Amino acid sequence: MSDQQDKKGMTRREFIRKGGYVAGGVVGGGVLGGLITQQTLKTNQKGQTSPQQDSGKGPEVSYQRAMMFFSNPEEFTVLSQAAERIFPADDLGPGAIDLDVPYYIDHQLAGTWGNNARDYMMGPFYPGLETQGFQSHLRRNEIFSQGISKIQSHSQEKYKKKFTELSEEEQDKVLIDFEKGKVKMDGVTSDDFFTLLRMVVLEGVYADPLYGGNRDMAAWKMKGFPGNQMSYLDKIEATDFLEIEPVSLTAHMPAQKKKSNG
Amino acid sequence: MAKTLPKTDVVTVGVGWTGGIIAAECAKEGLKVVGLERGGDKRNSEDFSMVHDELRYAIRYDLMQDVSKETITFRNKGNQRALPMRQLGSFLLGEGVGGSGIHWNGHTFRFLPYDFEIKSKTIEKYGKNKIKKDYLIQDWGITYDELEPYFDKFEKTCGISGEPNPLGGKRSADYPTPPMKKTVITKKFRDAAEKLKLHPYSLPSANLSTDYTNPDGEKLNACQYCAFCERFGCEYGAKSSPNVTVIPTAKKTGNFELRTHANVVEIIHKNGKATGVRYIDTLKGEEYIQPADVVVLTSYVMNNSKLLLVSKLGQPYNPDTGKGVIGRNYCYQILPGSTGFYEKERFNSYMGAGALGEVVDDFNGDNFDHSDLDFIHGGALVVSQAGYRPIGNNPVPSGTPLWGKEFKQKSIKYYTRTISAGYQGASMPYRYNYLDLDPNYKDAYGVPLLRMTYNYTEQDRNLYNYLNKQSHKVMKEMGADIVEDSGELMDYNIVPYQTTHNVGGVIMGDDPSISAVNNYSQMWDADNVFVVGASSFPHNSGYNPTGTLGALAYRASEGIIQYSKKGGQLA
Repeated sequence: MSDQQDKKGMTRREFIRKGGYVAGGVVGGGVLGGLITQQTLKTNQKGQTSPQQDSGKGPEVSYQRAMMFFSNPEEFTVLSQAAERIFPADDLGPGAIDLDVPYYIDHQLAGTWGNNARDYMMGPFYPGLETQGFQSHLRRNEIFSQGISKIQSHSQEKYKKKFTELSEEEQDKVLIDFEKGKVKMDGVTSDDFFTLLRMVVLEGVYADPLYGGNRDMAAWKMKGFPGNQMSYLDKIEATDFLEIEPVSLTAHMPAQKKKSNG
Repeated sequence: MAKTLPKTDVVTVGVGWTGGIIAAECAKEGLKVVGLERGGDKRNSEDFSMVHDELRYAIRYDLMQDVSKETITFRNKGNQRALPMRQLGSFLLGEGVGGSGIHWNGHTFRFLPYDFEIKSKTIEKYGKNKIKKDYLIQDWGITYDELEPYFDKFEKTCGISGEPNPLGGKRSADYPTPPMKKTVITKKFRDAAEKLKLHPYSLPSANLSTDYTNPDGEKLNACQYCAFCERFGCEYGAKSSPNVTVIPTAKKTGNFELRTHANVVEIIHKNGKATGVRYIDTLKGEEYIQPADVVVLTSYVMNNSKLLLVSKLGQPYNPDTGKGVIGRNYCYQILPGSTGFYEKERFNSYMGAGALGEVVDDFNGDNFDHSDLDFIHGGALVVSQAGYRPIGNNPVPSGTPLWGKEFKQKSIKYYTRTISAGYQGASMPYRYNYLDLDPNYKDAYGVPLLRMTYNYTEQDRNLYNYLNKQSHKVMKEMGADIVEDSGELMDYNIVPYQTTHNVGGVIMGDDPSISAVNNYSQMWDADNVFVVGASSFPHNSGYNPTGTLGALAYRASEGIIQYSKKGGQLA
């Protein structure tokens, strides 16, 4: 028994040591650094000055809430409303718009994923069988640009209205046409576009807030996911469901120090 | 013009589990080893301070192979045009020091005694007709008993946590560390299995239940159950991986040189002997030739086959004639199983560890009577609590829309109210499932891509349906309100993630006409070339492959050391 406790003690110490090692040094690293950062944040919260805090509620400006890929506000609004239909606000909590998912998607389209940087994009391109997977020569951000335009034109065709002027039910019907592959697109099918859209919405809802979505970790709170926890060693055998306040990866960032030439 | 470097005793192509084991064992014996790894080296504990990031690692595959540079092409049948796998999906190819050993879950099984002698044992018990036409089922040229000491050695290197499989082969020793902790989920499965008179045991885990020092003196830490294991690296050094075991062991000897960003494009050989390998330093953009007395292919299944084919070493397999061996017996797995939805209970399923789970082997191998069944083999049924992460886990009962209000409500509700029990169903080799070179598509270095021709077979479908029925009973016994089984087995599809347990292509055996390597993983066609990995499995069992692959790597290292002294064919 004492041996067992000893081992546990060792484990905890080892865990903290390793954690410190993780981010390269005891001061400002990993777990210790995380704890320090959290402490600092708490102090700041009390002091009402928390420029780093990702609460989304404070008076601070979030400079990330801006378009990086889209440049036409109406197109961005179409994207936002389509995302909201996929993950709507309800009694459980916020939907895609209040979670900042549209910004997440916009930023993803501007980056590696939107540009298929890690996909095999050499030709020749052939449509292929469903079992052979995605074969479009278009990049994801090209598909989204076209897809948003097609949502607008399909709304006009179907209802003689802009997508943003449709009721929720009508918006759903437009999106269902895309989901079923009924809308003609170039170089890609509308169901492939819809699959991408649905997937990227769920990512923006549930990814760590460091990517710009999941504002205030509200989606994690709805779902009961505690985010980035260092250890469940003392909880894994629990017989009850444990509600744990989520933590984002910002808690792992060491306080950055300037080099002081003194 | 490639620059020729000084000769070494042993060169490994790839530095993951197999390359690391070969390097450690040979370097300890005084052989000079050069490890060529095409990826980078930023994959150690200190590189994982931001690893609890589902999007980056589990969805965008940060640790996996960059398929913009190299992928495979795929078709279901020989009369179709193969097309590139443009994105990772069905399986996740690793890249970088430690290979898939960095981002694996850590399930570390031993294949069953039945597996190694599958043909003889099937015929002995059920007669010749049990093996249907065009299934290339064959013995491995080694028995479980012969391999047992190597299983033991690999488990001790890793410090595997577990308890003996009541239906498994004989063990010379217990697992080096005790089983992982039990949770509400794993206990529920164990209790149900016991009530059904099955034989549950704790999943053999490379996420360690306690701190451990292995026989090479490498220290591993106890798992924190943080739930970021599969597709992630471990920031605690608590998951056995080459980077915390065999690679440091190899380095300590002073006989091992690790070269990263070294992408091997050819095995150079003459008159049945390799003289070395040609590789591209992808940072410098320059070509080198590394001469060696022994060349060891220790990359993933795909690349082991590809390198032999592009180097024209060994006879390529031809499905029409049935002749040739390289690319033969490519196998995968099937994934039947059942999911239970619970209305009243809520589980801490967001916690876990990659290999935290319970297993029953009652439906695996030949542990049940197949006399009246239209298939052979089976699969291990596992409940594992690896940690449900929120992007990837949105379980809803069938019939639920996949987006919108109802989806949101149900996916949130059932996120913590779902348990799945799944198999890895064994995969039998089939004449028309194979690997060769693609005639059209090339990688970033101008080398042809590997082409996979693969589909599920009648054997797969029959086994799949049978296994679904068994897991359904277990899940019912576990008290789920709704039980849903895995859907019908359609054509193999390369898009959805299934499993990174690809095997075959350079298989072992005792007959050179139907195998490429002997039971030391030594090539029949070139004495000084060893091809190590799951590429040597003649079929795939109902388990994760790493335990067996590790054992075969230890045996191969023994063979290489022996060959270095005496030369010649070892078996």
